Amino acid sequence: MNPEPAVGVSLPERQHSPDNVQLMLYNAVLWNGHRIHFDLPYATEVEGYPGLVLAGPMLGDWLHQVVDEWLGDDGVITRVEYSNRGATYVGDTLTAGATITNYDEQSGELTLDVFIKNEAGDVVAPGVIGARLNR
Amino acid sequence: MSGLLSDALLANIGRTSEPRRELVTRRDIRKYAVATGSRLPKYLNGDVAPPMFHVPLFWDVVELSELTPDGVSIDKLLPKFPLERAMAGGLEIEYLRPVHPGDWLTATRTLTNIYEKAGRSGPLIFYEVLMDIVNDEGELVIREKTTRILR
Repeated sequence: MNPEPAVGVSLPERQHSPDNVQLMLYNAVLWNGHRIHFDLPYATEVEGYPGLVLAGPMLGDWLHQVVDEWLGDDGVITRVEYSNRGATYVGDTLTAGATITNYDEQSGELTLDVFIKNEAGDVVAPGVIGARLNR
Repeated sequence: MSGLLSDALLANIGRTSEPRRELVTRRDIRKYAVATGSRLPKYLNGDVAPPMFHVPLFWDVVELSELTPDGVSIDKLLPKFPLERAMAGGLEIEYLRPVHPGDWLTATRTLTNIYEKAGRSGPLIFYEVLMDIVNDEGELVIREKTTRILR
């Protein structure tokens, strides 16, 4: 694993800049017809958003991806808790990251603080992921 | 407390949805992996489902006439709350067993709690929905708790 697991270690971050196509495909996969995700006049003129709103659970998935890519075949995610704190939009560049906060070498149990930040550095989706390394 | 929650409303705690049984397919896993920008071949090839794949698997499928004008399906598990503006909520998920193409999974949702708190700009209503997902052997595969806030 790179980096090796230890408390305080941060995993490689990943940037996401989802466009209309990715947002459309994500909501199509969900079967989510909520207009704020694809109807720009509705999102801006009726709901007053500055743009098309990114779907909250897509950010939740990105929290998992940071940890999952690092784990590879050496472990699995066992639990997550997270919340969506603020709206994000098509055109935003978001950064997903994680830091190990607990590691039990014996059992292979890990806890990580995970986050999605916007360009201003605000955490728009904080969370905690639990994982277990193969033993 | 402003006492927004009547006994009749609180009596909805414990309400359970009809179980929904769905088939996991390689194609659906692949579509989900592509749409989320996954870079892991095991998901892009659909060999195993990524975490959160249960979100699309159990998203409600309703007829067009049942969608609101803004394109949202109404959650029939929920009663009518005296506050309606939804704020960001939270999610807790336990992943207990892997999910593969060909698996049949059954989800049952339960409204497990409704409570009120004083917010900075007025009362807030919180509710919690638990979704248990089991395989055909009856083993728990995923447990998800959603907390939503209304103001």
